[in-house]
Parts: sequence; C-alpha cells; structure tokens
Amino acid sequence: MKIVVKNYEWMKEIPPTPLSRPGPGSMGMTGRWRAERPVINYEKCKKCGMCWTYCPENAIVFSKDEGPRINYNYCKGCLVCVEECPYDAIKVEREVVEWEK
Amino acid sequence: MSAQRYPLEEYFYPGNASCPGCGATMALRWVLKALGKKSIMVVPACCTSVFMGLYPKSAIGIPVLNIAFAAAAAAASGIVAALKARGKDATVLVWAGDGGTVDIGIQALSGAAERQTDFIYICYDNEAYMNTGIQRSGATPYGAITTTTPILGKREHKKNMPRIMIAHDIPYVATATSGYPHDLFRKVKKAKEKRGATRYIHILAPCPPGWRFDSKLTVKISRLAVRTGMWVLYEVEDGKFRLTGPSKALLDPEKRLPVEEYLKLQGRFSHLTREDIEEIQRWVDRQWELISKMVSKE
Ligand SMILES: Cc1ncc(C[n+]2csc(CCOP(=O)(O)OP(=O)(O)O)c2C)c(N)n1
Ligand code: SF4
Ligand SMILES: [Mg+2]
Repeated sequence: MKIVVKNYEWMKEIPPTPLSRPGPGSMGMTGRWRAERPVINYEKCKKCGMCWTYCPENAIVFSKDEGPRINYNYCKGCLVCVEECPYDAIKVEREVVEWEK
Repeated sequence: MSAQRYPLEEYFYPGNASCPGCGATMALRWVLKALGKKSIMVVPACCTSVFMGLYPKSAIGIPVLNIAFAAAAAAASGIVAALKARGKDATVLVWAGDGGTVDIGIQALSGAAERQTDFIYICYDNEAYMNTGIQRSGATPYGAITTTTPILGKREHKKNMPRIMIAHDIPYVATATSGYPHDLFRKVKKAKEKRGATRYIHILAPCPPGWRFDSKLTVKISRLAVRTGMWVLYEVEDGKFRLTGPSKALLDPEKRLPVEEYLKLQGRFSHLTREDIEEIQRWVDRQWELISKMVSKE
C-alpha cells in the first residue's frame, strides 16, 4: 500500500493522524470464521424481521417486501437468528463450502 | 410487523472483528440507529476500539475518536467545547466498556457530569476487561470466574454504576440490555433529545467467550438477566424513576425467576456452591428493595 501524505491547511494545527474510512469488511471476509451456516426457509418465513433485529453483525439485510437475506460473506455463524426466529424458519447446516481466495 | 417500525439505515458495518454473538455489537448497532448520522463517537481502549477495525477501514459509519483508557469523558468534553466554539451542532456519544467506566474512567465522567457537559455517555457492560482477556472489574458480579479470580470467582458484588450517576442529578439515566433492543432504541432517542447536560445509559452486554456460553444464547441470557432480576430495566428522567419493559412486573419477588436460571447457562458460574447461589439471590433481593424504595418515592 502506498502512503500519500498531503499538506492540508488544517495540518498546520494537527499533525498527520491515521484516519480510517467506514465500510464493510474492516476485518475481511468474516464469513470464513463460520462453522455452521444459518439457512432461511422462505416458505416458513413471515418477514417479521426478528433475525434482522438481533443479528449482532448486521449481516442480515432486511427489506419490507422481500424479507431477510443473509450475507454469507460476513455472517460469522453465531446462530442468534436461529434461536430468535419465532417461526422456526431458520435451520442450521454444517459449513462445507470452500471459500475462494 | 415490528421490524418495519424501525429505521433500516445502518451505521454499523458487517465484517468487523467482534466475536460471533457479541452482545456489545448487538447493542451498538441499535444505539447508532437511534442516534443517526449527525453524531460523533468517542471510544476509550476496550473491545470496541479493536473490533471496529484498525486501518484503513472502520466498521462505524460516523466519526470516531479513539482515546486513552481513562480519558473518554474528558475527550468528549473537549469535542463538545470545540463544536460550540465553531457554532456546529452534533450529538456527542461516549461508548465505553465497564472497565473504562466504573473503574478507570469514573473520575473524568464524574467531573464532566458535575459540570453538566452536553454529551451522552453509554457504558456497555460485559462485566470484565474482555479485550485484554477477561480480568475482573468493578462491574464483575459475585462468583464469576475471570483470569484474575480464577478459582473461587470474584468475592465481591457488582458496583452499581447507574446509581452513582443518578446521584449526579443529571437529566437522564437509564439501564438497558442487548436482548431488548427496542427498549434500548427508545432510551437512546430520549437521551438524544435531552440536550444541555450529561445523559447516562448503562447496557448489560453478554459476552460469549468471557461469560462462557454458546454464541447463539446471547439474547436468551440477556433476557434471563432481566427476568431473574439480576439486571433491572429502568430510567430516571429529570429525577423521576420508572421501571421499564419486563422489569415493571418484577417488584413482586414471586414474579422473578430464581437466579439459578440465569447462572446455570454460563460457564463462569459453573463452579458455584449452593451458598454462593444463595448469596447472589440475597443480593438480587436487596437490589430490589432499593428499587422498590425508588418506585414508592414517586
Ligand atoms: C492505562 C491503560 N491501562 C491498560 C490498558 C490495557 N487495556 C486496553 S483495553 C482494556 C480492557 C477494557 O475493558 P473494558 O473497559 O471493560 O472494555 P471491554 O474490553 O470489556 O469491552 C485494558 C486493560 C490501556 N489501554 N490503558
Ligand atoms: S470479547 Fe466479548 S465483548 Fe469483546 S468482542 Fe468478544 S464477545 Fe464482544
Ligand atoms: Mg468490559
């Protein structure tokens, strides 16, 4: 990585400071940590959004029409969503997928 | 449906370094939803300063200042003063661990609260110094095994930080926990609106590796803490005390689940003797006697 130091006006007051920008994947593809995978059964799902409410990772995207969708790039497999789904619509599968590099 | 009443915008990004099932991130996500974009966050050394990411990316969608362990409230006071001097408006939030609040950060916080500094201070309480490998803190409960209380568990009870903050006569003090995010959301919104002085929220945040439980149980354990009375949900608004959520129904000891229901799911309590469990039950009942006095004052 190339580090560029620019001379902004405000730098006269503050010395160069490390600054991080917000975004997903600050720790990389955390989906690789997963030992078990939560899988939503959309026939049972009532789109109540409880899985989305409790996901500590914000790895479940929720839309009012389509309901929840799990982002497996980042889901760490804590399985809180499986426990909290009031309709038993999320089941657990052993993780067998080989992650691409 | 309940999810649809709450904002879908997210200021907490996935792919961060928190442990699977972390109760602190579960709460932080909802705190940031309630605060919205025009906010600045100050974080002292704690799990959050690590899991939000180091460089060049961060998991938090608002500006964050990472600061030395004891200095969170002092740094936030500086930001409040700078915003005022420049005529800008933003909510200033301190997000600190229990070690950074009830132990090392308490003097800066107490000073800032006494000066009625205009910020929200939130302590997420995972009941030990988790980031450095589970050392006991003032907020660790009686009996819990930590790496510095490795055999019998801690021999002293938990420090009651919210009551210390109530004694500062600030306009808003509340308690919350990760398993009731909507209660938390409402309290953060309320804290945001009460400008002009310090507001304090104390969140019990279960920690799977530190408390030794299966990551899928974070919400269950958080709720059991409330239903057994180990953790009490309340708010004190302009001096007026009010129980909230399921705690409202628990003034009657008969309604509270035995503490054992909460303790038995966690490895940090697995060594407890019958006497230890009775001691914790007595402590819970004593806490509730104090609560009932606060309720009856109204
Ligand atoms: C003055 C000082 N002492 C010790 C440390 C090491 N340290 C960094 S984070 C931490 C634990 C923080 O515990 P807590 O505030 O409860 O937050 P948690 O990690 O549990 O989220 C410690 C001891 C430090 N950074 N600065
Ligand atoms: S140690 Fe506990 S509080 Fe810290 S990131 Fe892990 S689960 Fe969260
Ligand atoms: Mg802690």
